[in-house]
Amino acid sequence: MNAQQKWVAYYTILVREVLRFTRIWVQTIIPPVITTALYFVIFGNLIGSQIGKMEGHSYIEFIVPGLIMMSVITNSYANVVSSFYSSKFQGNIAEMLVSPTPNWIILLGYVSGGVARGVTVGVAVTLVSLLFSNLYIQHFWITLTIAILTSALFALAGLINAAYAKSFDDITIIPTFVLTPLTYLGGVFYSIAMLPPFWQKLSLLNPVLYMVNGFRYGILGIADISVWISYAVISSFILLLGGFGLYLLNKGIGIRS
Amino acid sequence: MTAALDIQGLRKTYSNGFTALKGIDLRVEQGDFFALLGANGAGKSTTIGIVSSLVNKTAGSVSIFGYDLDNQRELAKAQIGLVPQEFNFNIFEPVVEIIVNQGGYYGMPRSAAYARAEILLNQLGLWDKRHDQAKSLSGGMKRRLMIARSLVHNPRLLILDEPTAGVDIEIRRSMWEFLSQLNADGTTIILTTHYLEEAESLCRNIGIIDKGELIENTSMKQLLNRLDTESYVFDLAEPIESLPVTSNLCHFTLRDPTTLEVVFHKAHYSLNQIFAFLNEHEVNIRSMRNKTNRLEQLFMDLVEGNKA
Repeated sequence: MNAQQKWVAYYTILVREVLRFTRIWVQTIIPPVITTALYFVIFGNLIGSQIGKMEGHSYIEFIVPGLIMMSVITNSYANVVSSFYSSKFQGNIAEMLVSPTPNWIILLGYVSGGVARGVTVGVAVTLVSLLFSNLYIQHFWITLTIAILTSALFALAGLINAAYAKSFDDITIIPTFVLTPLTYLGGVFYSIAMLPPFWQKLSLLNPVLYMVNGFRYGILGIADISVWISYAVISSFILLLGGFGLYLLNKGIGIRS
Repeated sequence: MTAALDIQGLRKTYSNGFTALKGIDLRVEQGDFFALLGANGAGKSTTIGIVSSLVNKTAGSVSIFGYDLDNQRELAKAQIGLVPQEFNFNIFEPVVEIIVNQGGYYGMPRSAAYARAEILLNQLGLWDKRHDQAKSLSGGMKRRLMIARSLVHNPRLLILDEPTAGVDIEIRRSMWEFLSQLNADGTTIILTTHYLEEAESLCRNIGIIDKGELIENTSMKQLLNRLDTESYVFDLAEPIESLPVTSNLCHFTLRDPTTLEVVFHKAHYSLNQIFAFLNEHEVNIRSMRNKTNRLEQLFMDLVEGNKA
């Protein structure tokens, strides 16, 4: 395949993935918006009004970036894990495997689809957050790049999960037992400066912490961790998971017998 | 001339230890209509799976129109169109989108893929269904959709794994016509099927796989010539009570007063002689038919022989 043909193959996968989640927008876009709106109402307005300022911001302003990032993470992951596993389950992954499309294009196509959904939901949740807070983005490009990189990272994780999954149960285990705890403990609702030293250090092992803080820096201009460290950690994980995802596709692990 | 498909020493052992292919060599020439036959579990689908990159091989080499599947993977894959045994498209996607997307995976721009989809869907009688979700199609339509999908990029080698399974006879016949025309237009076709009548009427050459080994690889004509006996059933115009004389070279069996079976050695008798003989004994024939499919009998003989 020449460069133009590779572009066509990539574009085909991306369009297919975007159509997939936009066709069922009531299932893919609306639920996270409603869930996050409930977080805003309960944690932001009701409970948050009892909490004082957090690093100079109201509590609802403080948690907005974390809640947006939580939606980005869960949706980019969910998009790829469900799409890739469904392709395996229905067998239509063979459409790509028999074709000359290189594996790195397949990987890139799925990840881009995950990013598209993550960012779309992120934008929708951001718009809803404006109903509850006076949000002003301090560093637009940092906000956007952290959102894109984070969704790419979790899209890759979703693809790896789907490659190994042998049943629909297997694609819910990681989100339930790994993703949700890491997200909740990743500083969405608090600053790690509030934690005892031991838990502060332990929190530094949580990769989600770097994403939430990088994103919070982009929106509010405050963070527990340097934004450059956030970039470095996210990029490192992308390279690691990207390499592993490509290895799985090249070897055919979970997709070829 | 470079072979359309050249397989050398192909072996496959699955992770559970089962050896599905025990080192087969197979060559399919360009322009051929080749039947790959075998019982369930013989290794046909594994062979096709390896050729189409859906199954990892354990050993051996595969080249498609001279392109090595290991070293020139993209070029080799671009030559193939695959119609798998099971329906394997996204049932929620519209028909035309399935085909256009498949073209995209081969690098075809959407406009070109759509134009090609229009031609194929019209040829296969699915154009009216182009906006329908694939799940709404009947079984025969789904089979035709998979054929259309496999042809969107104009492959030089089309591999069909039991394409007419579960399809009614009318659609099967129309698919045969379509495939024959495709082959006449230059596409090499490899067909696996359990309908041996289908293989006999469509294919020029044949390979038979049994227990992971290629036990036969020859022309259909040569294979059928090996069958030294012919069997016919005659429907008689008037009932008879006794049988004509029989010998070990020509054997008659009266199934009922108006149904007579004859088995004779081709080397010693011709149908003309059989008719003359029956005429001499005042046996009047209303109609006749082949008792069994000839290829089916040979296939059974070969597989049974391989068991011994």
